[in-house]
Parts: sequence; C-alpha cells; structure tokens
Amino acid sequence: MYRFRKAARTLLTYVVMILLAFFFAFPLVFMLVSAIKTNETQITSDVGGLLAFVPYPLKWVPPVDRLDDAPAEIRAAYTGLGVQNFLDVFRRMPFGRFLWNSVLITTTTVGLGLVVNSMAAYSLARLRWRGRNLVLAIIVALIIIPFEAVAVPLMLLTTRLPRPGGGIGWHDTYIVQIIPFIADAFSIYLFYQFFIGLPKDLDEAALIDGAGRFRIFWNIIVPNSRPVFATVAILKFLWTWGSYLWPLMVIRLPEYRPLTVAMQEFFGQYPRLWGDTLAFATMTTLPVLVLFLAFQRWFIRSVAATGIKG
Amino acid sequence: MIEKTGQRWRLRFRTEGLKETLMAWLMLAPAAIGLTIFLIVPFLMAFQLSLTDTRLLSPNPPQFVGLENYRQLLRIHVIWMEPLKDPATGEVQRDEQGQVLYPRPRTILRSDPRYEGLSELAQVHLFGQRFLLAAGDPTFWRGLLNNFYFALVVVPVQSAFALLLAVLVNQKIRGVHLFRALYFMPVVVPMVVVAVIWFFLYNPGVGTINAFLKAVSLGRLGPFNWLGDPRLAFPSIMLLSIWQGVGFQMVIFLAGLQEIPGELYEAAEVDGCNELQKFFYVTLPQLRNTTIFVVVATTILAFQLFTQVHVMTGGGPGEATMTTILHAVREGRYQLRAGYASAITVVFFLIVLAVSIVQRALMREERAIE
Repeated sequence: MYRFRKAARTLLTYVVMILLAFFFAFPLVFMLVSAIKTNETQITSDVGGLLAFVPYPLKWVPPVDRLDDAPAEIRAAYTGLGVQNFLDVFRRMPFGRFLWNSVLITTTTVGLGLVVNSMAAYSLARLRWRGRNLVLAIIVALIIIPFEAVAVPLMLLTTRLPRPGGGIGWHDTYIVQIIPFIADAFSIYLFYQFFIGLPKDLDEAALIDGAGRFRIFWNIIVPNSRPVFATVAILKFLWTWGSYLWPLMVIRLPEYRPLTVAMQEFFGQYPRLWGDTLAFATMTTLPVLVLFLAFQRWFIRSVAATGIKG
Repeated sequence: MIEKTGQRWRLRFRTEGLKETLMAWLMLAPAAIGLTIFLIVPFLMAFQLSLTDTRLLSPNPPQFVGLENYRQLLRIHVIWMEPLKDPATGEVQRDEQGQVLYPRPRTILRSDPRYEGLSELAQVHLFGQRFLLAAGDPTFWRGLLNNFYFALVVVPVQSAFALLLAVLVNQKIRGVHLFRALYFMPVVVPMVVVAVIWFFLYNPGVGTINAFLKAVSLGRLGPFNWLGDPRLAFPSIMLLSIWQGVGFQMVIFLAGLQEIPGELYEAAEVDGCNELQKFFYVTLPQLRNTTIFVVVATTILAFQLFTQVHVMTGGGPGEATMTTILHAVREGRYQLRAGYASAITVVFFLIVLAVSIVQRALMREERAIE
C-alpha cells in the first residue's frame, strides 16, 4: 500500500512537472518552428491550433529570391521547411552588422568589467589601507541605484563628453554602450564576497617570497577564483546582451545598433511578416540559448549567487 | 642597537604601508573613476536637473525653476462636480435613461483659473456624488498606478509560483536537472524577443492563446483582443513577465532550500509532522530571508517595467499600459524635456529606495532574533 502511494505520488509529480515544462517551452518552440516554415500564409493560419508547434510539411525547400513578394500560387508551391525566413532577414536588414555590434559590445563590456571590478574588489578585500571601509560602504550603497534612475542625466552627460576622433558627444558610438557599464558596483560586491573568503596564507606566502601585490592578484587570486569570475561574466553577459533602454536612447544610426533595438525596429516594419520576424528573434536568442545549454549549471549557480545575503 | 633595528623596522613598515596604499588606490582607480563619472555624477545630476527646465539640444541656457517640475508632476485636485441644472426651473437635468447629467470636465477645468494646467485623470462616484480627479500630469499618475497594480499582482503570484517550482525541482528524482533547466530557460531570452513572441501568441481572433482558451473552456471563452482591450492589455503583459522572470526567483529559492539543514526535517519527522506541516513549520520559516529578498527584488522590477510595454503596446491602448519609466523615457528622449524627465526618475528612485529600506529593516529584525 505504501509503495503504491509512493509510486502514485512520483507519477503525479512528473505529470505536474511535464505540464509546467510545456508552459515554459511553448513560446520558444513556437518561435523556432515558425521561423523555419517557408510559407507565411501557412504560419498565420497554423497559429490557431496545435499545428503552430509542428514543423511540417517535412519537405526541404531551398531558399529563393523575393518569395514574400510573389503571388499566392507561387508561394504555395514553396511550402515546407527551410532557411527562407533567415535569408529574408539578411536581405531586408544588415543583420550581420547588428550581430557583430552586439557581440563586440557584450564581449568588451564583460571582459573589461571582469578585470576592472575584480581588481577593485581585490584592493578592498585583501589590501590594508585607510578609508577602505568607507569606500566599501559607498560601493555597497551604489548597488541600490537602478540604471533607470540615472539614464536621463547619463544621456545628457554623454552628449557633452568629447568624442574620440574629434567632436562632442558620445551618441551613436560603441563606447557609449561600453564604457559606462564597465565599472559595476554589484560585480565588485560579488568579487569582494568571494575574495574575503579565500584563505589568508594564500597571498601571505607569496608576499614573503617577495612577489608584488599585482602579481599575487594575477597569479594566485585570479586562478583560485574561477567560480566568481564565471558568475559575474554570466550575469553581465545576460544583462548586456538583452540591454534595450540605453541603446534606444543613445543610438540612432544602424552602424552601432545592437540586436535588441534592431529586433524592435524590424518588428515595427510593415507588412509585419511573422516568419521573418521570428527568424530574427531566433537568431537573437540562439547565441544565448546555446551558451546556456552548454553552461547550464554555471548559469543557474550565478543566479543563485545573487540571492545569497541580498 | 635594539633601538636602531626597531626604527628601521618601523620605517620599512611605513614605506610598505605606503606602497600598499598606493597599490590599493591604483587597483581601485579604474572602477572608482567609472562609478564616479557614470553613476554618482548622473545620480546627483538627476536631482539638480529636476529643479531646472533643461532641454536636450536646446540653444537656450537652462533656467532654475525650483520645484515647478515636481509641482506639475505631483499636483492633483479633487473637484466636486455639480450636476447640470435647468436654468429656468433649477431642476437637475437628466438624459433619456434618467441618468444625472454633468458638465464636461474640460468645461469645469477652464471655468476657474486655479485649475490651470490640470487635465482629467478620472471621475469617481462617492456617496452618490461625482468627483473629478484632475492632475498636472495625468499620464504620470496612470503610469505610477499601473506600476503599483503590476507589483500588487505579479509580486505575490510570481513569488509563490517560484517557490512552488523550487520545491518541485528540489526533489531527488530522475531527470530533475532537465526540468530545472527548462523552467529557467526563459530567463536567458532577451526581453525584446519575449515581447515579440508573445505579441504573436496574443494575436486577436485566430491566435494560439485564444485557441488554447477556447479548447480548455470547450468554446465558451474568447476570442479576446488581448493587447487591444484596455482591461486585458496590462494583465497580458503581466503574464509574459512572469513567464520570463519566474525562473530567476526559482533558482534563488532553490539555493535557499538547499541551505536548510536536513536535521530540521528529521526532527520534524520524529515529532510526527506530515509533508504539509513540514513545509509550513520548517521550510517557510527557514526561507524567511530568501523570501524577503525575492519579494523586494520583484517589487523593484515591477517599477522598472519598460521593455515589454515599449515593444508590445507603447503604453496603449489609450494609456492602459503606461508605466513610470516609459513616461520618463518619452519625456526625456522624445519630448527632449530632460529636466522634467529627471524629476520623474527622482520620484522613481525614491520609491525604489523606500522598498530597499523596508527590506533592510525586515532582514535586520531577523538577525536580531538569531
């Protein structure tokens, strides 16, 4: 009897978990499936039922030029699965450029952020100097200022800064999307929390050997702190890749536009083609999704780290 | 001899200390400079700008206007509406259905110079009387009320849902890691993409969500015009926000659950607690700080609400999905009123600050008990 009840409970747990899995997966499945359907008419009629989640008909359709402008009979002949929508995106917009912009902005912000913030945290956690506690208190206090609270003055400020290469104003550049976000109070705090937990004799032994502080940091602390570097990198990566409000405010030229703003722009173009838009969405999401699937445990651990001690 | 060594030691110590201080500042400098220029300065600028009429790209120098921006932003009047009366008989006028007729709000607001600069926010019935709520900036109030509405619904729902998910994926059963990853997946999807996908799912008429509702209600519900109906638009945005954000909270709860010592559950079992009692008497009290953190973080997110509404509805229909930040961005970026927009963000910051202070107070209380 007991074993039966236990089995029934396990079964119920799985049913609930599978139903929830559908809830979390269905919008993404809808996006992926619609993006590879070549016939726009089919996509818009499939949304009224389960067919929206079924990649069909199972027929490979090689991409052709200007299919969306063709008459309905011709489009019907090209019904199937293929990369038509993805090519249409490239044809309608310089997608490669936007992707490059996002990759460039994200990697530099994350990379420079790791160096700058870990160095600052090391100084706060493991060097002895006057005023240290005050600086630490200020940095912790800065964490509660949300970006939205400073966005408008920051926009005004950056329009007045000298532009590299001459002129005034940082609008429509890469640096306006990178430099303000390198130093980050929350990253410093996460590094600090980790560094104070490292054993004291780690750097003291090296100090007696005559190593300089910077060398100790670089050769001893950094290699022993991989988890916190991963945590900060992942959080910063997610934040920068998805960043929307700021580029919307300071970027007008497509040369410097990141994927998120380009996505919204593409979405706003008429006629609004579902297949093309969802192909764009797929290509914006796929890099993050692939990274997530590869480093799943690390992603989850990073998020867990934000909650501890709040 | 001893004296001399001591002196040399002290000198060496002092230079070492100096070297260390210098090194410390050098390593701190890039972050300190960055935070000062791009966070502290703009933060202080917000307060200063909010007292001026600064405009972006304006040839005129900004003027100091004192609290004028805040006056316009926060000004609100409650005006009693007098029913229309027949000038001849003095009787209250009624329409064909017998409803009392009132003057148009604009007529009232224009009739008195004290009401200058006010526009209609809402009309309310109270004690059989009708009142006109007029505000200096009705859009701001609508946005702020929406943020509170969002917080009131999303914070409890999302937190409870996240806790449920965390308990589910904290079980030691086969395949649990797969489910954990699946529930977390939307968190990594950029919000713009989430908004676009759900925009299509919410398609009015023939749409996936309409079809689903029709199927589960056996044809009795729908179809709804989700984003076009002023009453449904904001709840629709709430749903996708929960879908995207709940995985984050789930993981934080999960970390909290895994820190609860197993002996507590063993002790509860010895005392004859069932599963439900264990949850209410062990799990929940142990998760107190985690819960406070999750609730506070979600509340702050509710006030930051921007991307979803900007992509999906632009604040509409009417102003049904207007939010504080959307209003600030409109005023600052598109109307170029940097001074006024700064006043909005200062109010926004004060709300976030109040929420954070409440969090600190609650958490401190917990520590004091320990």
